[in-house]
Amino acid sequence: MSLHISHVFGVWCAAALTLFIFSFLYKDNPFYKFAEHLFVGVSAGYTIILNYWTVIDANLIQPLILAAHGTGTHPELHGAFAAQQGDYRMWLVIPAIFGALLFTRLIPRIGWMSRLALAVIIGVYAGIKTTGFAQGDFVAQVQASLVPLWNGSIAYTVNTVVFAVGLITSLLFFFFSREHKGGLGVASRTGMYFLMVSFGAAYGYTVMSRISLLIGRFQFLLETWLGLR
Amino acid sequence: MKREVPLLLTAGIGLFMILSFFVPHHFISVPADFLQNCAIIVVACGYVLGGANVLRVNLDSISKREAGWGYKVVLVVSLVVTIAIGIIDGIHGHGSFPGEGTHSKWIYDNLYTSMSGTMFALLAFFIASAAFRAFRIRTVEAGMLAVAALIVMLGRVPVGDVMTGWLPEPLRLGTLQQWVMDNPQSSAKRAILIGAALGVMATGLRVILGIERSYLGGED
Amino acid sequence: MAFGDWLVRLDRRWIFLTMGLLVLGPLIFPLSLPLHVTPPVQAFVDAVDKVPNGSTVLMSCDYDPASIPEMVPMTRTAFRHLLSKDCKVVVTVLWFGGPGLVDSVLTEVSREFPTKAYGRDWVNLGYKAGNEAVMVALGQGIVNVFPRDYRGNESNALPVMQHVRDYSSFPLLVNISAGYPGTKEWVQQVQGRFHLPMVAGVTAVSAPEYYPYLQSGQLRGLLGGMAGAAEYELSRHEKGSASRGMDAQSLGHVLVALCIVLGNVIAFGQRRRSR
Repeated sequence: MSLHISHVFGVWCAAALTLFIFSFLYKDNPFYKFAEHLFVGVSAGYTIILNYWTVIDANLIQPLILAAHGTGTHPELHGAFAAQQGDYRMWLVIPAIFGALLFTRLIPRIGWMSRLALAVIIGVYAGIKTTGFAQGDFVAQVQASLVPLWNGSIAYTVNTVVFAVGLITSLLFFFFSREHKGGLGVASRTGMYFLMVSFGAAYGYTVMSRISLLIGRFQFLLETWLGLR
Repeated sequence: MKREVPLLLTAGIGLFMILSFFVPHHFISVPADFLQNCAIIVVACGYVLGGANVLRVNLDSISKREAGWGYKVVLVVSLVVTIAIGIIDGIHGHGSFPGEGTHSKWIYDNLYTSMSGTMFALLAFFIASAAFRAFRIRTVEAGMLAVAALIVMLGRVPVGDVMTGWLPEPLRLGTLQQWVMDNPQSSAKRAILIGAALGVMATGLRVILGIERSYLGGED
Repeated sequence: MAFGDWLVRLDRRWIFLTMGLLVLGPLIFPLSLPLHVTPPVQAFVDAVDKVPNGSTVLMSCDYDPASIPEMVPMTRTAFRHLLSKDCKVVVTVLWFGGPGLVDSVLTEVSREFPTKAYGRDWVNLGYKAGNEAVMVALGQGIVNVFPRDYRGNESNALPVMQHVRDYSSFPLLVNISAGYPGTKEWVQQVQGRFHLPMVAGVTAVSAPEYYPYLQSGQLRGLLGGMAGAAEYELSRHEKGSASRGMDAQSLGHVLVALCIVLGNVIAFGQRRRSR
C-alpha cells in the first residue's frame, strides 16, 4: 500500500471541510461553525439557482418566449394560445402569476394572496396523494395479503400463518374504537410484539445506514485525498 | 373571500386530480397535465422563496448584531456568491446547469458534496454512543426490539455468518435475519402502510373538502 | 469505583474514537469477510437480466451527496449492467442536490463503454422540482416535463429520445432513491397507475418499509443499503466501493451490538445492587 496525496486544490478544500465538521466530535469549535454556516449558505444558494435554471427557465420562461413569437414545441401549431398537451404556450402565464403570488408572503400586508398559490399546490398534491395511497398502499397491499395458506409446503404455511397473524394483530393494535380488553386485548398485545420486531429491524438497518455514511467519508479521505492504494 | 377563494380553488383542483385518475379522456387528462405543470412551476418558485427567506432572516440577524452574527456573514456571502456564479454559468451554458468544468460544478463537487456527506456521517458516532448510554431494556417489548435489532444488525453483514457459520443453515444469523425481514417485520410494516394509507386518504379528502384549513394559516 | 460504574461514566468521545478506529482499520487493512447474495438482491439482478437487450430503460436517481456511499455503488453497477445489455438509458433526478453527482457517476461509468455515446445511448434529463407531480406528468409525456436535458440540449432532438413518449416506452424502471421523493412515490404514482414494472435500490434506513412492496410484487427486486450494493457488485463480479466497505460495516455493527449488550448488562447489575 502506498500514499499518493492529491494535488488538486478542490480535493484539499473538501478534505479540510470534512475534518472541520469531524472536529465537532471533540467539541463545538469555530472551524465546525464556519463549515456549518458555509454549508447552509451554499445549499440555499444552490437550491435557488438550480430551481431557476431547471424549472423556471426551462419550463416557464423559454416556452413563454417561444409563445410570444407565436410558436412552441409543436411548430405545426400557430398562435400564442394554440396549446396542446405538453405545449401550453401563453397559458403558462397562469402558473407564472401563481408563482409570483407566492412571493407576496414576504410582504405582510398582501401576504394573504400567497394562499392562492398554496391552494394550487395543495389541491394538486392532495388529489395525487389520495389516489396514489389508495391504489399503491391500500388496494395493492390488501390484495397481496389475500394468499392461500397452504400450497403443499409446511415452511410456506408456517411463514404465511405468521405473516397473516402479524398483519391482522398489528392492524387491530391501531383499532381504537373499542377498549383493548379480552380477545381484542390479546390480539392487540400480539400486534405490539410484531410491531416491536419491525422497529428493531428498522433500528438495525438505521445503524447500517449511518455507519455506511461514515465509511463513505473515510473512503474519500483515504482514497481520494491521501491516495492510499 | 381571502379564505373562501383558496378553499374553492383547492377543492376544485383536488377533485379534478382525483377524477383524472379514473378518466383517461383528453378533456380531463390535458387540463390535469396542465395543472401538474403549474404545480411543478409553483413548487420551484417555493424553493426560490425559501432561499430568499434564509437570506432575509440572516440579514436581519447581522443587522441586529445577534450572537454568532459573524458566522451569519459567512452564510450570506456564500449564498450570494453561489447564486451570482450560478447566474453567470447558466447564461454561458445556455441554461445547462451546473455544466461540467464550471465554477458552480466546482462549488457543488468540493464544497456542497463534502459537507453534506460529512454532516450525516457524524450520526454514526452518535448512534454508537446512544446505544451504550440510552438503549435500556426494561420491558418485554423493549427486549423483543433489542433481539430483533441484534439479529438484523449482525445477520445483514458478513460477520454474522462468520460467527454462526458452524450452525445448521436455518439457524445462522443471515438466514434468521432474512426470515425476520420477510415475515414478522413485513407483516407489521404492511399493517402500518395500510393504516397510514387510510389516514392519508381521509386527510386528503378533508383538505379537498375544506374541513382541514391549517395550510391557510393566519387570521384574515 | 466498580468497573461497570466507571464504564457508564466514560466520556462518550472514547466511544467515538473506538467507532472511528474500528471503521478506519478494515479500510486500510481489509479482512476480506465473505459475502453472499440474498434473495431480494438476486430478484433485482434477475429483473434487470430479463429486460430485452437493446430496449430503453428509465432510471431515476433520487438522492443527494449525503447518501453517496449507499447510492453511488448501486447507480454505477446498475448503469453498467444496463449498458452491458446494450440497453439505452434515460435518467431523471428528483432531488435538487443530485443532478451534478449523478451526471459525474454516469459519465465515469460510460467511459468504460467507448462505443456508447451520450445522447444516442444514454441521456441525463437532469432535475425537476415537483415530486409526485413530476412522476404523474411524465406519464403524459417525458419530453413535456424535461424539454431540456441536464447539459442544455433540446430533449426531443436527441436520438435516444426519438422513440420515447411516456412510460409505455420503457419495460422497466430502475429507481435508486434515498427517501422522499423516491421509491414509495414511484410505486404509488407510477407502478400503481401506469403499471410500469420497477426495481429499487434504497438506503438502509428506508429499506425495511419497502419489504411489503417486494412481497406484493409491486417491486420486482430490492437493494437495501451498502450491503445490498455490495451483494449486487458481487453478483456482477465487481469489486466496488460498497464491497470494500463491508468489512468496516461489519466491525461497526459489532461495536453497536456490544454497546447495547454491555450497556444493559451494566444497567441490570446496577439495578440489582441498588435493590
